[in-house]
Amino acid sequence: MDFLTLIQLLDSTVRLATPLLLACLAGLFSERAGIFDIGLEGKMLAAAFFSAAIAAITGSVWIGLLAGIAASMAFSLLHGLASITFRGNQLISGVAINFLAAGLTVLIAQDWFSQGGRTPSLMGGARFEPITLPFAESLGTIPFLGPIYEELISGHSILVYVAFAMVPLTWWILFRTRFGLRLRAVGENPAAVDTAGVSVVGLRYAAVMICGVLCGIAGAYLSTALQAGFVKDMSAGRGFIALAALIFAKWRPWYALYATLLFGLFGALETRPDVIQAVLGIKVQGALLGALPYVMTVIILAGFVGKAIPPRAGGEPYVKER
Amino acid sequence: MEVMPKWAEVILVPLISLVLAAILSAIVILAIGEDPVAAVNLMVTGALGSTYGWGYTLYYATNFLFTGLAVSVAFHAGLFNIGGEGQAMLGGLGVALACLLIPWPHWTLALLGATLAAALFGAAWAAIPAFLQAKRGSHIVITTIMFNFIGAAVLNYVLVNLMRPAGSMDPATARFPETVHLPTLHDILAPIGINFSKAAPANVTFLIALLACVLVWFLLWRTWLGYEIRSYGKSEPAAKYGGISPTAITMIAMLISGALAGMMAINNVMGEAERLVLNAVEGAGFIGIAVALMGRSHPFGVFLAAILFGFLYQGGAELALWTSIPRELIVVIQALVILFTGALDNMVRMPLERVFLMMRRGNS
Repeated sequence: MDFLTLIQLLDSTVRLATPLLLACLAGLFSERAGIFDIGLEGKMLAAAFFSAAIAAITGSVWIGLLAGIAASMAFSLLHGLASITFRGNQLISGVAINFLAAGLTVLIAQDWFSQGGRTPSLMGGARFEPITLPFAESLGTIPFLGPIYEELISGHSILVYVAFAMVPLTWWILFRTRFGLRLRAVGENPAAVDTAGVSVVGLRYAAVMICGVLCGIAGAYLSTALQAGFVKDMSAGRGFIALAALIFAKWRPWYALYATLLFGLFGALETRPDVIQAVLGIKVQGALLGALPYVMTVIILAGFVGKAIPPRAGGEPYVKER
Repeated sequence: MEVMPKWAEVILVPLISLVLAAILSAIVILAIGEDPVAAVNLMVTGALGSTYGWGYTLYYATNFLFTGLAVSVAFHAGLFNIGGEGQAMLGGLGVALACLLIPWPHWTLALLGATLAAALFGAAWAAIPAFLQAKRGSHIVITTIMFNFIGAAVLNYVLVNLMRPAGSMDPATARFPETVHLPTLHDILAPIGINFSKAAPANVTFLIALLACVLVWFLLWRTWLGYEIRSYGKSEPAAKYGGISPTAITMIAMLISGALAGMMAINNVMGEAERLVLNAVEGAGFIGIAVALMGRSHPFGVFLAAILFGFLYQGGAELALWTSIPRELIVVIQALVILFTGALDNMVRMPLERVFLMMRRGNS
C-alpha cells in the first residue's frame, strides 16, 4: 500500500467517523446523566431529513442545520418526557423514537417532495462545502507532511472540525465545570444530588437536550455534507455503532474519539477490499468487516478485554419518595 | 396496594393508550393532506373485506404472534429481548437447512423437522446474549441489538457465498422441494366447503402459532418453571431468596424467547417464500415489541395485538397501493403504539389512579 492510498483511506476514515463521533458524544452526555438512549439512530435520521428538507426549500444550509437540530431536540424532549417526567422505560422510549423517525421522515418527505421518500439533491449554498485551510496548496508540495496537511487535515466541511473540537469541549464541561460534576453525579447517585438541593429533573433534561443538539449536528452532517440530500433510512445503523463506540470508550470523551476513529476506519476499509487484500494477503468479506464493530462491542461488554462499567444509575427513573 | 381494579389495569389503560395513539395517527394522516376516515375505510375493506385480505392479515398476524410471544416470555423474566429480528433471521437459516438437506417424504414430517430446526437456531442466537447477561453481566438490550446486526452479516455471508445456487445472481437459497409445501388456509378450508382465497399466503403455521399461545400461557401460569420465571421478573432478590437461580432463569427464559422468535421462520420462509432470501424477517422482530407491550405480555393479549398489527400491515399495504400515503404510515402507527402503551404508560395510569382513588373515597 502506497502513501497516497493510506492518506485517502485515513481521509475517508475522518469523514465516516464524524457522524459517529457527534452521536457518541451525544450519547455520552445523556448516559452520564443516567438516561440510556438507544434513540440516537432515530434522532440522527430525523435531523438528517429536516436539515436536508429545509436546506432544499430555503437554499441555506445553515437554516437547514438549525432545523435539523430543532427536530432532534424535539425527539429528545419526547424522550425526556417519557423517561424523566413519566418515569417510563427508557429503552422502550428509545425504540419508539427510532420507529417514529423512520416512519415520519419518509411520510413527510413524500408529502413535501413526492420523490419516493427522498429530498431533492442539494446544490450550492444548500450544502456544506469542503473548507480549504490556509496555505493548503502551497504547503502540499512539501514531501510527506504536505499531503497530510492538504489531503487529510484540510478540505473537510466545517462540521468535521466542529465534531473534533467537541471532544476537548466535552471533556472540559464534564470534568472541569460544576455543571459537569453534577451531571456525572446524577448518573451515579441521583439521591445524593437531590439531597444537595440540586434538581435531578433539571439536570437530566439539560443532558438530554445537549444530546439532542449533538445528534442534530450529526444528522445534518449526513445529509448536507457527507451526501447531498436525504434518502430513506440514511442513518443506516450509525446510531447503534455510536452506541457501541460509547461502550468501547467506557463513557469517556477522548476514548470516544479513538473508538469512533477505529469504527470509521472499518467503514473506510469496507469500501476498499483491495487495500485489505494488499495488506493482509487474504480476501475479507465486506459484510463481515461491517459486523466487526458489533462483534468487538459484545466482546468488550462480556469483559474479556477490560470491563466497561456504565453509570450506576443509568436506566433507572429517579423517584423522590424512595 | 392495588389502587385500580384489575379490569381497569388490564383493559382500560391499554385501551386509552391505544385511543391516544389512534388520535395522533389520525392527526398525522390529516397533516399529510389525506382523509383519516377514508383511510380507515380503505384499510378495513382491504384487510378484512375479502378472504384474500384476511389471508394476508392472518399471515402477518402469524409472524407477529411468534415474535410477540418471544418478547413476552423474556419480559416476564424482566429481560428486554430486542433481538427477535436476528433470532428470526437465524431461525430462517435453520428452516432452509432442514428443508434443503433432508429429503422429507411428507410435509407433516418436514414441518416438524423445520420447526425444530427453527427453534434450535433461534434459541442458539439468543443463547449467547443470555449467557453473557447471566454470567458476565453484559446488558442484554445492547448485546441483542448487536446480535441483530451480526446475524444480518452472517446471513448475508451465508446466502452470498455458501447457499446460493450455482449460476444465480440472487442472494437467496434454492427453492425448497415440492414435498415440503405447507398447506395454505385454502387447502385446509376447501374440504369443509369454505372457499378461501388461493392467492393469500396464510397457511397451517397460523394454527401452530395459536397452539404456541396456549402453550406459553400454560407454561407461564400453570407450571413451576413459569412461576419461577415470573417471580424472577417481579423481584430478583426475592426470587434469589426463594432459591431460584438467576443464571438458570435468565438462560431458560431467553432460550424459550429465542426459540419462539426463530419459529416465526416456518411461516415466512417455509410457508410463504419457500426459499430463504435476504431480509426475510422484514422487521417483524421489532413489531413483536409493540405486540407484547400492547398485549400486556399475556398470550391472549398478544393474540389480539398480533391480529390488530396484521390488520394494520395488510391495510397499510392496501393504502399504499390505492393512495399516495406510503407504507411507512404503519411504522409511524407502530411507533405511537410503542410510545403510548410502553414508554408513556404512566401518563395514562397516574391520572386514572387518581380518579379511582377519588371514587373509592367517595364510596366509603
